[in-house]
Amino acid sequence: MKFRHARFFAAFGALLAAGAAGTGQASAKELTLCWAAWDPANALVELSKDFEAKSGIKMKFEFVPWPNFADRMLNELNSGGKLCDLMIGDSQWIGGAAENGQYVKLNDFFDKEGIKMSDFIPATVVGYAEWPKNSPNYWAMPAFGDVVGWSYRKDWFSRPELQAEFKEKYGRELTVPKTFGELKDIAQFFQKREIDGKTVYGAAIYTERGSEGITMGVMDVLYSFGFKYENPDKPYELEGYVNSAEAVKGLEFYKELYDCCTPPGHSDAYMSEDIDAYKSGQVALHMNFAFTWPGINADANVGGDKSGYFPNPAGPEGAAYAQLGGQGISVVSSSEKQEDALAYIKWFAQPEIQQKWWQMGGYSALLKVVEDPGFATSQPYAQTFLDSMAIVQDFWAEPSYASLLQAAQKRFHDYVVAGQGTAEDALDGLVKDWTQVFDDEGKY
Amino acid sequence: MLKSSVDRVAEATPHAIAGRMRGLSDRTLAWLFVAPSIVLLLAVNIFPLIWTIRLSFTNFRVNRPNAAVEFVGLKNYLNILSDRDIWLTMQATAHFLIWTIVLQVLIGFALAYLINKKFRGNDLWTTIIVLPMMLSPAVVGNFWTFLYQPQIGLFNYAVGFLTGADPSSFSMIGDVALAPWAIVIVDTWMWTPFVMLICLAGLRSIPPSIYEAAECDRASRWRQFWTITIPLVLPFLMLAVLFRGIENFKMFDLVVQLTGGGPGSITELTSINLKREAFEKWRTGYASAYAVILFVTVFGLASIYVKALNKVKQR
Repeated sequence: MKFRHARFFAAFGALLAAGAAGTGQASAKELTLCWAAWDPANALVELSKDFEAKSGIKMKFEFVPWPNFADRMLNELNSGGKLCDLMIGDSQWIGGAAENGQYVKLNDFFDKEGIKMSDFIPATVVGYAEWPKNSPNYWAMPAFGDVVGWSYRKDWFSRPELQAEFKEKYGRELTVPKTFGELKDIAQFFQKREIDGKTVYGAAIYTERGSEGITMGVMDVLYSFGFKYENPDKPYELEGYVNSAEAVKGLEFYKELYDCCTPPGHSDAYMSEDIDAYKSGQVALHMNFAFTWPGINADANVGGDKSGYFPNPAGPEGAAYAQLGGQGISVVSSSEKQEDALAYIKWFAQPEIQQKWWQMGGYSALLKVVEDPGFATSQPYAQTFLDSMAIVQDFWAEPSYASLLQAAQKRFHDYVVAGQGTAEDALDGLVKDWTQVFDDEGKY
Repeated sequence: MLKSSVDRVAEATPHAIAGRMRGLSDRTLAWLFVAPSIVLLLAVNIFPLIWTIRLSFTNFRVNRPNAAVEFVGLKNYLNILSDRDIWLTMQATAHFLIWTIVLQVLIGFALAYLINKKFRGNDLWTTIIVLPMMLSPAVVGNFWTFLYQPQIGLFNYAVGFLTGADPSSFSMIGDVALAPWAIVIVDTWMWTPFVMLICLAGLRSIPPSIYEAAECDRASRWRQFWTITIPLVLPFLMLAVLFRGIENFKMFDLVVQLTGGGPGSITELTSINLKREAFEKWRTGYASAYAVILFVTVFGLASIYVKALNKVKQR
């Protein structure tokens, strides 16, 4: 009897040990990459199969929809969670993640593997990888270049009767707008127009309240009107820059555009709502990040020759800037598989992988890819992407960015969508909020 | 004689243990039984509450683990109570709370009064009426955003059909004047059945003999309603108001799905505002003070209300 028990326990023990060993082996050969749930993420899943085949490491993916992406992932980083080994985090997180030790510093790794930041589009290096900005301290490798731009209904623009009517009304051709003023004229021209028996509208722009939508949209316009985040000679001095007369005009313009030219019920729209409005044939103009363009190009309803793309037009003084999007890829400090995670970044940095990344719909930030002579003509939107990436500006990337962002969301939505107060009130209020945040951070 | 299983267990128990067990009083045994529940309660309710109160006096930020945590005294409380934006969220919450309760009590009671009458299909109608409260608030919020959609929404279409207005000329969740009512309508649609069920329980608890006696006294229906039905259902109604009041004071999911607190901050209820402070701005100390203020408010109001409820029940 005793012998039988001993044999049973021995077998059970062996089974447990085998199970534990198996689990250990599986976890050592598995990496989890965290990112937003969107089309490029699906392309990355496909692309990563090459890494799996070459390294023997299985890739797992944790994708969260954009409206909850920051909440979910920042929670993960702040709690020191071990869910993510690799994080393709938003550009604005870099300050907090670097200062709080949530990302692994990659300088030594880059030096060892010969990965040079000078090989990437400069704006993406500053935006996605560096903290402090413009210093050679790298916490990420540019993974996905993105920028806010516009797509438009080329087929509508080319209709002779509409061209004639537009010329008669505005005295110029119905073509891609060169200034925001022209853009508004076009949007007004199409607003509530009957096209093919359907009522269409002017423009789908960002108005979302919950996460970052309206701030991305408003900033995209304010830059070209002359908005500055701070005194270039005195950091964190905001008065007269954030609420300058030019910035007030820019914010007033955004509200006018919202009031005159958006579809009914467009009061809480971000990336997915805007693209839905465009693909369903509701709007003539469509503000969105460049990641949407491959999907538009391939769309049965609005794709191919029916759509064109253009970068942000200029403001009243002729300056043109665009809101930076996109992300860098980082290794999470709390990961126990940092070596494997670094191996993934090494694999991802290879020019041939970056080339493949672009072909699959991922916007590579590698100069070798984007400066290739065939790049600009490789897709109908490729030149617009290059033009837009040349004029980018980004939101604060300070460790307190979340507070800065939420203040902007509230002030902008209160004014633009809810119509409360004036543009001057909104920007004065924003100066007050941001000053308070920086004061709490000990910046003064 | 066969030994009972109790005897067998008693014999098999080692003497040392048996001796110790024999020394336990009933009171000690009772404590032993409730101890796991108390420990659990302390761990998941009381300890976090005490910890939250402690954090509310600091400048702690959960996203800045390397920053020094300083004791700031009552600063967080003073900042919250003097913040105009927070008072606006309180106003939004009060509007939502008062109107949802008023509408749910009126409609819920009316429905219960009708359902209490015997008619064909009574059970079927009861089932249909209670369906909304069985849905997830997130789902309800999501599909009402479609119903409120100006171009394709059924709600706008129905209003347009009944009034002759252009359905796409108004946006229930995008208009500052309409959005506070949009969330009231959805919550009323969803939770009126709950109030109805409680009222129905109250109505069915009234003995028919009281009405029969009133009939004998030639009391009119109207008089029976005001002197019998209402007083006897009142404790149930008050209970429904208490439940809905507490629930709606902390309303979050439904409104987030519907409006996200917008347009602007018109429908930003205190719970949404608190979540933004705690998990978007990561002002943990400040948000803790905010949570304590809300807790004290709800707890205080609920205590006063329960006292009133008990008085009504004793009448």
